[in-house]
Amino acid sequence: MMNHIDLSSVLRQTLACDLYSNLVTRSTGAAVRFQIEQLLSASRDRGIALTVIDFSQVSMIDFSCADEVVAKLLMRYSSDDPPQDAYFLFRGVTDDHWDAIEAVLERHGLALALEDDDCVRVVGVLSEDERRAWDAAYRLGRSSVADVALEMATDPEEARDALDALCRRRLMMRIDDEYVAVGSPRD
Amino acid sequence: MTHVITVPPSLDDHSFEQVLEQVAPLPADAKLLVDARHARWASPYGLTALLTLAQTRDERPTLAVPELDETLSYWSRAAFFQHAESVYDLTGTYPKRREAGESNVLLEITPIAKSDDVHTVVGRVQERAQQIIKTELKLEAKAIIGFAMTLSEVCQNIIEHAGRGGWVAVQSYRWTKRLGRRVVVIAVCDAGLGFRRSLESAPGHLPSSRWDDAAALEEAVIRGVSRFRDRSRGQGLAGARNYVGRWNGKLSVRSGTARISIVPSWDDDVPLAEGLAPFPGAQVQVIIPEAVAAGGSPER
Repeated sequence: MMNHIDLSSVLRQTLACDLYSNLVTRSTGAAVRFQIEQLLSASRDRGIALTVIDFSQVSMIDFSCADEVVAKLLMRYSSDDPPQDAYFLFRGVTDDHWDAIEAVLERHGLALALEDDDCVRVVGVLSEDERRAWDAAYRLGRSSVADVALEMATDPEEARDALDALCRRRLMMRIDDEYVAVGSPRD
Repeated sequence: MTHVITVPPSLDDHSFEQVLEQVAPLPADAKLLVDARHARWASPYGLTALLTLAQTRDERPTLAVPELDETLSYWSRAAFFQHAESVYDLTGTYPKRREAGESNVLLEITPIAKSDDVHTVVGRVQERAQQIIKTELKLEAKAIIGFAMTLSEVCQNIIEHAGRGGWVAVQSYRWTKRLGRRVVVIAVCDAGLGFRRSLESAPGHLPSSRWDDAAALEEAVIRGVSRFRDRSRGQGLAGARNYVGRWNGKLSVRSGTARISIVPSWDDDVPLAEGLAPFPGAQVQVIIPEAVAAGGSPER
């Protein structure tokens, strides 16, 4: 199942005001993240949730707000004790948002799946093996370790380590014994 | 007894030190007459710092307003008198209502006390900043968003750390004397806790052998340390520092008895000034200059 969260709508509900479309201040960011968590929690019983976080209608985001809305959200759901199984795909991120998002990803060593035109790519801090494994799994769609290893031209153990690391980081879903990259066209 | 504090004719971040040097020896409850009659020009820093000065006094001070019509008109357009009436007793003749009209004031003096104020400030500045940064400063479109982000972060510094409200103002002007180019300037001043006391309130804070206002500013501005344990904190000023570095700008942060600056090649300020006259709170100034073409003159 897929959730779609339009951040500008969440922002308007948070501020109770239609005037601004800027994600600024730490307290606003914390309130927006809380709303996102509430929406995720409401869909908890419907299985693994892929949630699209949509920036399309957001004019700008500052560092403090990006830290709350992006970094803390990713950290909470990729922790050892996440509130639920959740995966995120970021949509509508432009150059106007990227400086702040990139800064918080680097600060916390995080990465995220970003929808860019017709494709999805991972951005942020990843090891070379993680990046190659994600790219391979994305190209293949739902696939086994052996398939990904072949695509990466590496041995299966190395591929499995990278895929499992990506699963812990919520950039890859594991379904039965197969892997699906977040945002993969065949997931 | 009333002590007369003379405001220099040109009031900016440097000349404001002359004001503070006159105030420093006086007790907080001394009655002040701040004499701005001969002031001819003031930067956004000068105006917001004047308001902040009044907030630091136990006894409500008096301000003698500028005599020059042109100066009165500018201070009025910057909303100085509107706010000064709340912290000073004003003497002299000045426009009772804020003058409107075309102006290089991007954001008139605006109080910052809560998160909503930052939303208002950023929203109001965005449209005008776009025009000024692109057409007057000749900077890339990317500089516009960074400007709004920087404005947001330096304003949040008040909300997160000052413990009381402060003031922000944004203006663009041709800085003939020092630079010969147009600049856009953000000034954010508060009379709150200041950096040293804010960092001292961190859980488990252990002051180093050299712990003073200058050390606190180095920790906060250069190393991104915050009073919060949360590793996420301290990114705001780091972001502002990166922004001014990218666009050849200048960032200065004054707190207590010290001022730290990220100094670009066009300026001859010192990176760290210590032993200044004490002044509570924090005073931040960001200057972004017009782009220079490869030949050295402003781009045309």
